[in-house]
Parts: sequence; structure tokens; C-alpha cells
Amino acid sequence: MDNKNLTLISRIKDSDIYFSFIKSPTAILSTLILIIIFFCSFFVELVTPYNPFDPSSLSLMDAFTPPSWTEEGLSKFILGTDGQGRDMLSTILYGSRISLIVGFSAVIFALVLGVGLGLSAGYFGGKYEMIVMRLTDVQLTVPSILMALLVDGIARGIISRELHDEMAIYVLIFAIGISEWPQFARVSRAATLVEKNKDYVSASTIIGVSNIIIMFKHILPNIMRPVLVIGTIGLALAIIAEATLSFLGVGVPPTTPSLGTLIRLGNDFLFSGEWWITFFPAIFLVILAFSINLLGDWMRDTLNPKLN
Amino acid sequence: MVMLVVAFVSFSLFNFVGDPINNMVGEETSDEDRAELRETLGLTDPIYIQFSRFVINASKGNFGISYQLKRPVSELISERLPATIELVLLSALIALVSGTLLGVYTGINRKGFLSDIILAISLLGVSLPTFVIGILFIYLFAVILGILPSFGRGEVVSLGYWTTGFLTLSGLKAIILPSVTLSLFQMTYIIRLVRAEMMEILQTDYIKFARARGISEKSIHYKHALKNGLIPVITIAGINIGTLIAFSIITETVFQWPGMGFLFIQAVQFVDIPIMSAYLVFIAFVFVMINFIVDILYYFIDPRIRVKAEAVSG
Amino acid sequence: MKSKNFFKFLIAMLFVFASTQSFAKTIKWSMQGDSLTLDPHAQNEGPTTMVSRQIYEALVTRGLDMSIGPQLATDWKTTNPTTWVFNLRKDVKFSNGTPMTSEDVVFSILRAQQRTSDFKEYISTITSVKALDDYTVEIQTREPNPILLNQLSNIFVMSKKWCEENFAMAPQNWDAGQETFSATNSLGTGPFKITLREPNTKTVFKKNSKWWGEVEHNITEIHLLPIKNAATRVAALLSGELDVVTDAPVQDLDRIRSSGAHKVQSTPQMRTIFLGMDQAADKLRTGNTGDNPFKKKEVRQALYQAIDIEAIKKKVMRGLSEPAGIITFPGVTGYTKELDERLPYDVDAAKQLLADAGYPDGFEVELRCPNDRYVNDEAICTAVVGMLGKIGVNVSLFAQTKSKHFKELKDNQGDFYMLGWGVPTLDSHYVFHYLYESGASWNKVNFSNAEVDAAIRVMEGEVDLDKRNAAIANAWKIVKDNIAYLPLHHQVISWASKRSVDVPIRPNNEPLFRFSNVR
Repeated sequence: MDNKNLTLISRIKDSDIYFSFIKSPTAILSTLILIIIFFCSFFVELVTPYNPFDPSSLSLMDAFTPPSWTEEGLSKFILGTDGQGRDMLSTILYGSRISLIVGFSAVIFALVLGVGLGLSAGYFGGKYEMIVMRLTDVQLTVPSILMALLVDGIARGIISRELHDEMAIYVLIFAIGISEWPQFARVSRAATLVEKNKDYVSASTIIGVSNIIIMFKHILPNIMRPVLVIGTIGLALAIIAEATLSFLGVGVPPTTPSLGTLIRLGNDFLFSGEWWITFFPAIFLVILAFSINLLGDWMRDTLNPKLN
Repeated sequence: MVMLVVAFVSFSLFNFVGDPINNMVGEETSDEDRAELRETLGLTDPIYIQFSRFVINASKGNFGISYQLKRPVSELISERLPATIELVLLSALIALVSGTLLGVYTGINRKGFLSDIILAISLLGVSLPTFVIGILFIYLFAVILGILPSFGRGEVVSLGYWTTGFLTLSGLKAIILPSVTLSLFQMTYIIRLVRAEMMEILQTDYIKFARARGISEKSIHYKHALKNGLIPVITIAGINIGTLIAFSIITETVFQWPGMGFLFIQAVQFVDIPIMSAYLVFIAFVFVMINFIVDILYYFIDPRIRVKAEAVSG
Repeated sequence: MKSKNFFKFLIAMLFVFASTQSFAKTIKWSMQGDSLTLDPHAQNEGPTTMVSRQIYEALVTRGLDMSIGPQLATDWKTTNPTTWVFNLRKDVKFSNGTPMTSEDVVFSILRAQQRTSDFKEYISTITSVKALDDYTVEIQTREPNPILLNQLSNIFVMSKKWCEENFAMAPQNWDAGQETFSATNSLGTGPFKITLREPNTKTVFKKNSKWWGEVEHNITEIHLLPIKNAATRVAALLSGELDVVTDAPVQDLDRIRSSGAHKVQSTPQMRTIFLGMDQAADKLRTGNTGDNPFKKKEVRQALYQAIDIEAIKKKVMRGLSEPAGIITFPGVTGYTKELDERLPYDVDAAKQLLADAGYPDGFEVELRCPNDRYVNDEAICTAVVGMLGKIGVNVSLFAQTKSKHFKELKDNQGDFYMLGWGVPTLDSHYVFHYLYESGASWNKVNFSNAEVDAAIRVMEGEVDLDKRNAAIANAWKIVKDNIAYLPLHHQVISWASKRSVDVPIRPNNEPLFRFSNVR
């Protein structure tokens, strides 16, 4: 066991990725920020004493308390409260959890679908490949926002309202995921085409290894680098797409607000002097997306895949 | 074919959403009046009859009459079209020109300080949602500085079927904030794309060869490298015109720009089915056209495709 | 060369604009929505009437103080209880110069009675209208009608000749999507005329130089620029692109005031916001107790007393609401200050009442709310959810757009819902007829009380005002004691404008630009 771990750690230490990671302050910084955000969002119950969605714990008279460092601020509400007396910090962290869940799930959905289709298209080629690639072309021209509006509209039509509120988050994941899969498909197909012609694949084919095993056991690990880069950038895109949809009012229901919903609600108070209600969720969203993008940028430069 | 599918989706989807009757009448209207209105509008007919009526009319450019505005949808769309087209084209232009310039700069000066700044800002641009930028701009330029208008198109000049804001001072001022807002996201993409292309091309053999032949750096960069780098840029820019039209929904909402996206969002809020379906059909049409045009452009710019195509046909 | 020409052209344009602007006193006016049609009889809707009111006039009208006074008629008398005779002004001209006579008035009233008119209910008691001479009109009603003048103040007078020439004899059939000349053009006798109409974008009013009245305003043009988004509307006002906004968001009023260049006027609007609880259903659709707690008056009272209306007023409405005890407001026949008193806010009493009623642990129910109809409607509901949570009533909030909200209420899908009610006739009968009468179309709490129904009959037929008022007072007492609804507050409206612009605010939210001035 120890031995295995040791080799793993030393393998990581010896790798070029690790080397360029410790050499890049932006990569370290953004990773650090992301780890903090992820931790606080997923363990928000441990981080803050408030549950902003338990109505009986709220007091309307606490509403519009400014941040604690201002004159009228209260130390118990570090970033102030919103129009319903909810603590901003905990509301943002709960919201960030929703945003992250939607973002991650959408990317994973897009990744599985895209890599699956791209890999098989690149591997098998022929008519199948043509159809898949044509599909990605068409899909790429439909902007995510329109796609999501469409999916959301259809979902609203088919599902009853009570169910829709519960399903809204899945609808959103599907809507964003479906607009991102072509990127994965393109990249994994391109990478597969390169791998396919390498000797180890031909060798495996000759000794009679099945296609499935060649694809997933041999080719897949070798195309993961570019896929990871796309995935990281896709995560930032997904989070922004979710925020935009929620801002337009077709995202998650306001009972479980995400960062976009919070900005939309706070936007009403922009001119009234209660800037913190929209400012903190917005800046949080930007920091989150920026950190992911920085990391993605660094990964792209380091892993240097040929992106199309 | 694609159009028909979109038509069906746009029609059927909005058949399930909301009830237009309640939007049209006040809360004090009697049930009998509501029923009568439903009858008059043909909302009680079976779905397939409503759909075939829809397709037949749509092919004639007739999308019915807006529930909310009581005017033919085709008229409304053609009225709003110039606003959106002007906004989108100007944004595309801003994004393309400044994106290419900055991209070339950062591509050539890979390690420069300014390049790092531009790249960092462009990364920030990708991380900032359009609506946040719009709100920020309004707050900064309209409210605090008070130098640019925050909404609308200003004075427009009517040129037959077209209304333009480019011929008046207020019209020009009004388009600045929305078009810049809309272009930022695209611009950052184009910067990165051009930069990547430049870096790749500058390492190819024929550039090295050109250098060896003593051709000036400037000529290498702009005549040889950029020309080749532009192919993917044009593709992306073309595809992104569609994206710009879609994203103009957000920009137009934030800036109250009287274009189609704004009409669409207003229609969504009002459950104005004719406008919504017409908009989707229109967007689908635009995408089909853009794909077509980009394919053609591709053909002209990249000789390899032309050769291939000729080989196939010949 | 080309660009030089273009530049010249730009400069020329600039001069044109600069020169027109220096002479004109223009008011740029904005609100959330636009007029639906310029046909003055086609739609009985707030913003539509606001626009019509600037260009069209009626026999009588409400002034700045909301009292009824003469407009196109100089005076009137009743020759018997059902016959009214109106003497018209003799110096009235339409904005194209043709004089207005009794023929136009008769035509307009008959036009407003046609099937496609949205005002036919208002004047349904009128059985005949005829011209006695060029400047005298006689109106007969089916029965004595004490509120005929109220009703006539909303019937605008059009030119018969103009309607004939432009095929606009009948009101535009708005519901069926008809297009008519009168929907996009107008010819009235009012102080302004419309010279440009781009629906939902821009409407330009110019001063009518042929107006008969004494000019008390100094405006040459009004530009109506509807802006849907509240924040954008405020931004445009603050940046000076707008002069007056007639629906300023409550949360931005302080910001607007603090700009130094703007002012805010507020006045109670004629609309009351309340919550309804279905008290007839055997089982709540969204409940968890298997029965209907709202059947018990104690439960309704518990919910009532659990709502801290002052906190809502302070935090949600920023002080701009008047807590209400009944669903009607000062100025309406039957309103009294005593009736408008609320039960005290008392959480302990509320808990006790719930326990007494057999729900010591509370219950679950869904609250339905519109999110784009009333001032801060969704925020009020969210606040109510929190307050009821404190007495153990677990409320889930369902807020949606007004069209679906009203539709689903109509379909009897609401256990617990928000609604607002205005009284255009300024008489309590309007409220009882719609909200309290057994089986009434908006009585979605299914309240039913024989004594109230009887009192409503009295309100309709009784000419003796004392007896009628007694019936109204009694009916109010009954519904209030029964806690048939849970009143919240009377809405307050706010108009914001530049300091240099005077547009007097009115409780019906309708500006009268003929009393406006720009300095």
C-alpha cells in the first residue's frame, strides 16, 4: 500500500504537469481559490450558522442590513442581508452550490455524450462519423441560450408544474449539457483519429482485442488531456450559461436560488443604495468563472492539445 | 426540412405554455367573454388543425396577429428587424476588427507585458456574463458619468423599409453601449482564436522559409500568416453572428433596445404565441443561411476545399 | 470625399436637432407599458385611458382633485329621475378644425355602446340618447342612476365625420385582433394631439393649438417612451433621458430623491391588496391535514394576526403602503376609518388560536402569487411565508406571471392566493358584487352569506341614500367579522420626475398633462 502510494506521489512529482504547476503562480492561486469555493459551497452547513431557506428563522426586520464593515452593518451578517432578511454570505454559498452542481453535471453530461460520440465516430469512421460530425456542426450553430430556452419551454409544456419545480434543475443540466457536447465530440474525434493509426492500436486489433476494449481501455486514456481542457473551460461556460438563464428567469426556481437568480433579484436594488445584494453574488460569480478559466488556460498551455 | 421541424417545435412548444386569454383581458372579465374570445381566436380547434393553419400561413410570411399588440407579426418583425441587424452587425464588426488586431498583437508578441494584460482582460471578459457587463455599463456611463444613453435607439431616420440610427447623433450614441456589450464576449473568443492561429502558423515551415528569404517581418505577419489565420476566424465569426442574434436577447433586454430579441422576451412574458413562434422560425432561417454562406466563403478562401470539391464533382 | 459629405450631413442634422430643441418644451414620459390602442372605446385599461385622456375629452371629467366637473358639457340637469339634459360648450373644435356638435356626442355614446366596445358595461343603463339641438343632448336611463356622471366621465367623444371618412364607425374589435384606422390614429378635442405613433416604442403628442380651454400648461410636446425594465427606467430618469416616470419602483425612490435634480410624489392608489383563503372546500388541494383548516374562522384569524403588516410596510414597501382593514379605500362610498382598522399583530395570540382550532402543530398549504402585477407582489408573499412559518403554518410559495395566476384562480385551483382590487366606480357595490356575493366571478374564497347577498340587492335598487349606506355598512361589518379575506394594504403609487417638471400626481394614476409645466 505505502509503496504504491509512494510511487503514485513520486510519479506525480516527476510529471511535467506538476512541474509546470508549481512554476505557475496563477495556476496555484486559482486552484486555491477554487478549492476554497468548492469546500465552502459543498459544506455550507458547516461554514455558516444560517439556513437562508428556513422561513421561520428569518426576520423581515433584518432586511437590507448593509455589510458588517459599514456604519449600519451588523457583525452577525458579514456581507449584509437581502430584502427578505437572509444573510448574504450564506445565501451566496447556497446559491454557489446550486450553480456548481448544475455546472458540473452539465459538463459531465456533455462530456459523456460528446466523448462517446466523438470517440466512436473517430474510431469507426464512415457514414456514422459523417452523421455525427454533421450533427455537431448543426448543434454548434444553435446558441446555448436559445437551445436552453427551447428545452425549458418544451419541459414546461410536458411536465406538470409541481414536477417542473423539482425537475427544473435537471432540465437546466440537460439544456446546458446538450449545447456543449459538440466541443467534446470534435476534440475526442480528432484525438482518436491520431491515436487510431498508432502501432499499439493496430497491434491490439491484430491480436483480436474487441473494439469496445480498444476504444475505452486504450484510446480513451490517451485522449483525456484535451478533453479535460475542454471540460474545464466548459465548466466556466456552463456556470455562466446557468447564471444567464436564471437571470432571464427560466433557470432554477427562486425557492432554490442560484447565483444568477440572486443577481436578478438583487438587480432591482441596484439604484436604491443596497448595492451589496447584487454586487456580492455578481463578484462571486465572476471570481468563480475567472478562476476556472485561468486554470483552464493554464491547462491548455501546458497540455497544449491541438484544439479545433 | 429543418425549417419544418423548427416550425413544429416552435408551434407545439408554445401551445403548452400559458394561456393567452388571461393576458389579453383584465381580471374583471366574465367567463362567457373569455370563452367567446377563445373561440374567435381558434384556440379551441384540435392541435393538428391549428398546426396546419400555422404552417400554411407561415410559408406566406403570415404569422398571425400578436395577441398582445394586435398587429400582424410580420409587420412587427420587419419593424424590429433593422434595430437588431444594426446592433448585431456593428457588434460583429467591433468584435472582428478589435479581436483580430489584439489577437495578432498578442500572437506576435508572445511574451510581452501588454500581451499578458490583454490576455488577462480577455479571460476576464469570458468570465463576465453579458448581463453583468450591461448593468455595469449602464451604471457607469449613463448614471454616474451621464455621457451615454442607457436605453433605446435614439432618433432614427426612416429609409423606406429600413430605419437606421446611424444617421443621427443620438442614434450613434445610443448604439455604443449595447454593441460594445454584445461584442465583448465574441471579441475575447476571436482574440484567442487569432492568437492561437498566429502562433501556430508562425511556426510552420513556409513562414520559416519566408523569413529565410528575407521577407520583412511585417509582410510575413500580415500578408502570409494573417491571411491563413483568417479562415477559422471567418468561420467562427459567421457562426457567431447567429450566437450574437441569440445573445442580443439579453443585451436588448438590459438596454431596452427595440429589436427582435426584446420583442421576443416581451412576447415570452406575455405568452404571445404568434411572436414567439415567428421569432424561432426566423432564427432557424438565419442559422440555415449563415451555415450556407460560411460554407461558400470557406470554399473561396481555402483553395484546398475548392480542389477537393472539383475533384469530387469531376 | 464621401466621408466628407457624410460629415457635413451629420453637422446639418445636428443643427436641425439643436434648433428644434431650443424652442420646444418637451416632456419625456415613461412607464412600464404602452397604450394598447388609440381607439378610445376599444380597451378599458389603465395606460390606454391615460393616453386617450390627453387627446380625447368627455362630457364631464374628474379634475386634479378627482371631483367631477364640466368638460364638453357646461352644465346639466335632470328633468325627471331618468332623463338628463346636457348643454354643450359652443366653442369646441376637433384638432383638425371641425367644430364639435351634439351630433358627435350622440354618435360617440352610441359607439361606446356597441358590441365591440369595452365601455358598454359602463353605460348599459342608458336607453336613449338624442340631440335636442346642435348644443343640447338628452340622455335617458332605464332606472334612476346616481352614478351616471361617473360613468360618462370615461366615455370619450369622437368626431362622427372623421369616423365615417375613415371607416371607424364601430370600435376596434380588440379581442379579435382587428386593425382599424382609429386604433393607430386619433382626432380628439383635447389639449394634445398625437403626431407620431410607434406602439411600445414611442408616441409623440403635440400641443393642440385649437383647444378650447384655457391653457394652464407650457408644454409643446410629450414623448411617451415605455420602458419595461424597472432598473432601466430608473437609470434613464437619473441620466436625464426621461422627465417623468409614472410608476417609479418603491426601492429606488430614495436614490431618485438623492440625485438632487429629481423629485418624487406619492399618493394612495385606489387599489387594495389582500389574501384569499378558500373556506368552502372540504379538503385543501395543497394541504397535509386531510381537511380544510380555513373553514374555521380561528385559523383565518390566526393567519391574519401572524402577519406583521408594519414590517412589510417598512421593509418591503419602504413605507409606501397603507395597512388595510377592508378591501376598499378612502373616497369610496361606504369606506370608514373604523372599518379600515386591522386586528393587532400578535404571534402568541395567533398560535393560541391555531391550537384552539385543533392545529397546534400548524399545517401545510401553498400560497399563489402573481409576480408582475402589484407593487412588489412576490416580495410581499415571500415575507408572508416567513411570518406564517413562525406560527407553524408551513407555506410554500408559488409565484408566476399574472396571466397564469389569474387563469388558475379562475379555474378554482387556489387554496390561498394574493389578489388586488380597485374600484373604478368609487362605490362599495363594485367590491361586494365581485368579491363577496355568493358565486360571484372573483369570489374564489367561496364566501357565502345570505345577509350580505341581501344587502347587495339593496345597494343595487335603493335610491334612499341613507338606507343604502346602512346596507353597505352592515355588509362591511359582516364580512370583516367573518374574516372572509385577509386584507394587507392599500397600494401607494409614486411618480418621479425632474425637479424642473411639474406633473401633479392623481390617485387613479392618470396624469393630466394640461396641468403640467416645465421650467
